[in-house]
Amino acid sequence: MAKYQLNVNGERREVSVDPSTPLLWVLREDLKMTGTKFGCGISACGACTVHVAGVATRSCVLPIALLGERPVVTIEAVAQDPVGRAVQDAWVEKDVVQCGYCQSGQIMSAVALLKHTPKPTDTNIDESMGGNVCRCATYVRIREAVRAAAQKLK
Amino acid sequence: MTRTRVAGLFVAVLFCAFGAWAFASGSRAGALAAQRSAGRRADGLAAWEQVYGVLTHPRCINCHTATDYPQQGDERRRHFANVVRGPDGHGVPGLNCASCHQESNADSTGVPGGHNWHLAPLSMKWQDANDRPLSSAAVCRAVTDRSKNHNMDGPKLLKHHEEEALVLWAWQPGRRPDGTLRETPPITHAEFVNATRRWVEAGTPCPAR
Repeated sequence: MAKYQLNVNGERREVSVDPSTPLLWVLREDLKMTGTKFGCGISACGACTVHVAGVATRSCVLPIALLGERPVVTIEAVAQDPVGRAVQDAWVEKDVVQCGYCQSGQIMSAVALLKHTPKPTDTNIDESMGGNVCRCATYVRIREAVRAAAQKLK
Repeated sequence: MTRTRVAGLFVAVLFCAFGAWAFASGSRAGALAAQRSAGRRADGLAAWEQVYGVLTHPRCINCHTATDYPQQGDERRRHFANVVRGPDGHGVPGLNCASCHQESNADSTGVPGGHNWHLAPLSMKWQDANDRPLSSAAVCRAVTDRSKNHNMDGPKLLKHHEEEALVLWAWQPGRRPDGTLRETPPITHAEFVNATRRWVEAGTPCPAR
């Protein structure tokens, strides 16, 4: 066990965990922030996506010992900035969600895309969202919602 | 025959003898130089083949693809999770290399990592569009073409092989998700650097084809 000082959603948090513990489990088990989901555990599905220093990151394969000083933003705080708010609004407007399990990861990836590429093409959307799997196959609505969020942010 | 004529003839004979000796010596020196040069080239080419053996090992060639995606594993399969090259070889915004690959190996989760994890540019592709490694001659030409290799001459190539973080990673590739160690290239890093040095000192010769 080791102590780690984290910056999660702008707040200082301290945890005492094994250095090999993935960030996902620190968030869910130690900090009780369950918005970020466990999907595959091998970074193949994207359900666990959070932002680490602004980079969409698969938290299930990031050992806490490798996080360092980098700030973490999770789905719980993503709407605190205009891009995140626009994406969440578009998700509601387009009624994207079916079962909803993968959607926090989908939203985190969509926000990362729009922060980097404010006017994405369909190829940009498909490539950037390509690592986020949805078993309900809401892909068409996801694409529409990303485009709608981009429109709102113009 | 006058005494003067005899002396002249003697001098002429001396000149001819000296000329013949000088010519023979010159030819021998030329032949020796040519022999030395051929030997140096042969040694350089042998060293290059060692370098090529490393460059085409999965730890290196998996990120020197000719396609829109990296490869992974010893069998060089397409990278999972729909990972794509992106405009600068670092992936795309929602799916960067750094989305999973950190500054060092994550042995507890089996994800390899190193500083500035990314794909080599397409100008440094070492395989064809069907994922077959290019020939030794073709890789050598690409590696030595300064319009393709970030303008690196021989000494810079040597330094790159000695110090670049992702080159060094190939000999410290960490553990697979099942906990076993990843395979390393066929020679040690020191042997790789030594082979590169011999190849560079021989003038970076490339096989004819």
